[in-house]
Amino acid sequence: MSIDTPAKVIPAARKITTKPRVSDQIFRGIVTAFSFSALLILSLIAIFLLLKGFTTFKEQGLGFITHFEWSVTQDEAGKEVAVFGLQAMLIGTVVISFVALVIAVPLSVLTALFLTFYAPERVKKVLVTIVDLMAAFPSILYGLWGFFVLMPMAEYWAKLIQKWLGWIYIFDVPQGVYSRSPFIAGIVLSVMIIPIITSVSREVFSQTPLDRIQAAYALGATKWGMIRAVVLPFGAGGVVGGSMLGLGRAFGETVAVYSVLNIVFRTNFQILFTQGGNVASMIIQKWGEAGKTEISALMAAGLVLFILTLIVNFFANFVVTRAVKSGR
Amino acid sequence: MSTISQKPSVAPTRPWAATPRDRALTALSVALSILATLTIVAVTPMKGKLAYFFLFFITWFIIDSLFVVSKSGSKGVKDSLAAKVTLFGGVIVSMAVFSILWATISNGVKGINLAFVTQNMREASLFDPIGKGGILHAILGTVILIVIAIIFSVPMGILTALYLTEIKGRAAGLIQFLVQAMSGVPSVVAGLFIYAAIILNTPLRSSTFLGGLALTILMVPTVTRTAQEVLNLVPSDLREAGLAMGATQWKTVALVVVPAARSGLITATILGVARIAGETAPLLFTVGVFDSYNFNPFKGDSGTIPTVVWAGLMGGTPESIQRAWSAILVLLIVVLIMFVAARAFGSKQPKR
Repeated sequence: MSIDTPAKVIPAARKITTKPRVSDQIFRGIVTAFSFSALLILSLIAIFLLLKGFTTFKEQGLGFITHFEWSVTQDEAGKEVAVFGLQAMLIGTVVISFVALVIAVPLSVLTALFLTFYAPERVKKVLVTIVDLMAAFPSILYGLWGFFVLMPMAEYWAKLIQKWLGWIYIFDVPQGVYSRSPFIAGIVLSVMIIPIITSVSREVFSQTPLDRIQAAYALGATKWGMIRAVVLPFGAGGVVGGSMLGLGRAFGETVAVYSVLNIVFRTNFQILFTQGGNVASMIIQKWGEAGKTEISALMAAGLVLFILTLIVNFFANFVVTRAVKSGR
Repeated sequence: MSTISQKPSVAPTRPWAATPRDRALTALSVALSILATLTIVAVTPMKGKLAYFFLFFITWFIIDSLFVVSKSGSKGVKDSLAAKVTLFGGVIVSMAVFSILWATISNGVKGINLAFVTQNMREASLFDPIGKGGILHAILGTVILIVIAIIFSVPMGILTALYLTEIKGRAAGLIQFLVQAMSGVPSVVAGLFIYAAIILNTPLRSSTFLGGLALTILMVPTVTRTAQEVLNLVPSDLREAGLAMGATQWKTVALVVVPAARSGLITATILGVARIAGETAPLLFTVGVFDSYNFNPFKGDSGTIPTVVWAGLMGGTPESIQRAWSAILVLLIVVLIMFVAARAFGSKQPKR
């Protein structure tokens, strides 16, 4: 009798299930919902800028991209006549960013190579901190530094370039004014994007397969021979991707460019001459005295800038991800 | 037998290390190039720091190549050139950073005094002599702004990172891509967006709250990416141990994974704050400028350090520019402290 009793209280076997508990379902639900905030924010940005800039897109049509005039005037009847065209600023954005890349890419690649293959451990630690610190500087600091410290030096450099290379159209200066030029804005931007390009390049360089490096040394390569034959071909994708990430940053930079650049609505390829512009700083410049129509146009300009940086970033991330993955 | 187990008493030879002769040659070539640079600058019309800098590197390349070519031929020359050119790149980059730091400190320190950090600008204008008025209102405004941005972006960023590392749902690839895309949003666009979405559509006007929202857009990607890296470092044994003890995923994450990554998550927050602390452009659209204290985050313009710097720079008089330098020095010190703190927390790896 007493032997039977325990058998009765053995519970039925627990049903084994893969269904998550309620607490887990709530947890997963909340986390998943929050993870879509990025999607929500990005689409809200696009929607609201499009809504507010819609009238401009409708009235200006394709001319918003291809015209190079930006004015709100009144005709004889007192009616507002608005012509908005971004062409000069778009070209200005590309010109400045191009100058920045030309300066920043070689310096960043050299620094990344130095950090990965040449620097002694102690120097490396310091320099890595310096490069990380550069990325944390506020952009207004770059503006201030660019205006008061860099500009006097860069004007002198610009005069030298004009003196020796002035026969090339883009280095010519028509009126002898060298301050606040796209060249100087480009240098400031290059300092801002060097940390981005350096850190991406360094990451890719450091993933070069060790067996290939040792194979090159075993074949009698010098360090430079090894870098040229193994590291650079391997890391090229990372350098390109990093440069494009930097380009995305350069496209969208506002206050640093506004501080050092003389923003003039004219298409200007002469990088040493004191006029230029980019879309972001133009928005800041026009914002102060903008009326209702102009605010709509500035929203539209913001949307163009947003889409431009999204495209550049998309390609950049694609290239970087592929370059980093191929090393694993 | 004992001879085998004994350690060799001589230090291991390192045939690749520099011999005293190599060191002497390096020192000699540097000395010669300095001499040559000084001579060239003195004799030719090339003058200035720029000339010193480039001539030194060029003469160093040449003189050192002459030494190397005797020893290792043209391949050796290329090799030593490459080493010097990469060094050259590193030196230029560090010079830029030191120039920025030096300019900020040497210019900013002149305007720092007790009044500058304990008063507001109510009774002083940017153009008054230094010593009258300060930026305490702007410091407090920036603090409020940062707190608001933290309140929104840290939960958002960490939960997104948890989705990417713990749940790894079907949308993980898409989310990862979107977070990367979001990190490229220009700051001016973030400001424009808040203006377009809220100020133009609702009765809310510019305030620190809206500024915090704009900065959230810029801060979330930084927090997410750093938090994701940190959470990936948490050993999967810990997760498996938690699950094997019969804990639900929720309990494992809340009681094991997140505590293990705590210091890293703090780093993520600090890096996010450092990213946004100096943002200026969005504030011009969403927070405005104000010269005294405003503790109500939902109503009224407010002073912030970046806009003080901006106003000082645009003011253009020596006094206003001095104030801009001093304010940026205060901001830079704050950013540097956060940077150091982030490194200190970040170096604490989760225990293995």
